[in-house]
Amino acid sequence: MSLVDSEKIFLDKVDQDIRIEPKDWMPEAYRKTLIRQISQHAHSEIVGMLPEANWITRAPTLKRKATLIAKVQDEAGHGLYLYSAAETLGTSRDEMIGQLHSGKAKYSSIFNYPTLTWADMGAIGWLVDGAAIMNQVPLCRASYGPYARAMVRICKEESFHQRQGFEILLVLSRGSEAQRRMCQDAIDRWWWPSVMMFGPNDDASPHSAQSMQWKIKRFSNDELRQRYIDVCAEQVKLLGMRLPDDQLKWNEERQHYDFGPIDWSEFYNVINGNGPCNKERLAARVRAHEDGAWVREAALAHHKKAGEKKRRRYA
Amino acid sequence: MHDQQWPLWEVFIRSKQGLDHKHAGSLHAADATMAIENARDVYTRRMEGVSIWVVESKYIHASNPDEAASLYDPANDKIYRHPTFYDLPDELKHM
Repeated sequence: MSLVDSEKIFLDKVDQDIRIEPKDWMPEAYRKTLIRQISQHAHSEIVGMLPEANWITRAPTLKRKATLIAKVQDEAGHGLYLYSAAETLGTSRDEMIGQLHSGKAKYSSIFNYPTLTWADMGAIGWLVDGAAIMNQVPLCRASYGPYARAMVRICKEESFHQRQGFEILLVLSRGSEAQRRMCQDAIDRWWWPSVMMFGPNDDASPHSAQSMQWKIKRFSNDELRQRYIDVCAEQVKLLGMRLPDDQLKWNEERQHYDFGPIDWSEFYNVINGNGPCNKERLAARVRAHEDGAWVREAALAHHKKAGEKKRRRYA
Repeated sequence: MHDQQWPLWEVFIRSKQGLDHKHAGSLHAADATMAIENARDVYTRRMEGVSIWVVESKYIHASNPDEAASLYDPANDKIYRHPTFYDLPDELKHM
């Protein structure tokens, strides 16, 4: 089959919402885009464990501690689903992890912010996971089968993450004056970085159009961001707190909330490695990988030895 | 020392007694025992399964999608294999 025919069959399938599976022909650029996006997403899940792991030993109650452990474990699982999906495209786990550790691959900038108080666990669940869900739900219909299936699994589990986060804030918002202050402070710190999680504005997002044509992406960054802000602006009222944006205001004509300008210089500054925790996060990942090397080697050695024993028995 | 990657395994899960095992995803493990343990942690954290199969990915053989047309097309023109192909009187019961 000629390349032109293959490309036409591929695009027809995408147009008809027929999923692309690992062994199907696909354009090289589609494969590359997916590997980049899925591995970046996997890295985000894995690095995303770190800010929350910070509070496992200091969770205020046993219930909160159990919840936090379960949530962090989910994130490890999500990273693994996604690495597996990326591997079906011909990259290897070692390669992806190597790229994360060398700094070549990116992960979501949000995880480069520190978790200073217990209220941050609530704000992360409500705002950060909320933004992630907004992004991820449309990905359940992404054109690449293994990615879409991984996302279905992830979205199912993610819902508990957001609810437990909101509940943490709800309890604090009904607590003492100090607890209420802590709650508002966490919202103040996490709001703008969460709004930036949707990526640059549409006119500054060069790959978006192609990803939309390939149906990897279904909605633009700005569409999803607006939807997110509309939802949060209402939810925050239940907490009796405020979002740190003086220009946030319902626009009757647009039927959406208007919001203030986003400080993109901060966004790019953090992406380029200058956020408050970039170095710490990466160093923690690299150390965990290096400290685990002997376990990986020992497991393989054990498997090899056990195999030899079995063969000798049968000989 | 250069890291040697653990082999890749495909995971199949029976969600409850009486149903087939269904492909859930894949993971890396040094051997079958570890693959099952990891599959439990990765794919059944919320009672998604009562039984797990794992098989090393390299042992899976798959049909070629490029040959799908010739492989499955012959089934298309044998409509007499379906019960609706046969035109019978409405009075006929229990059939």
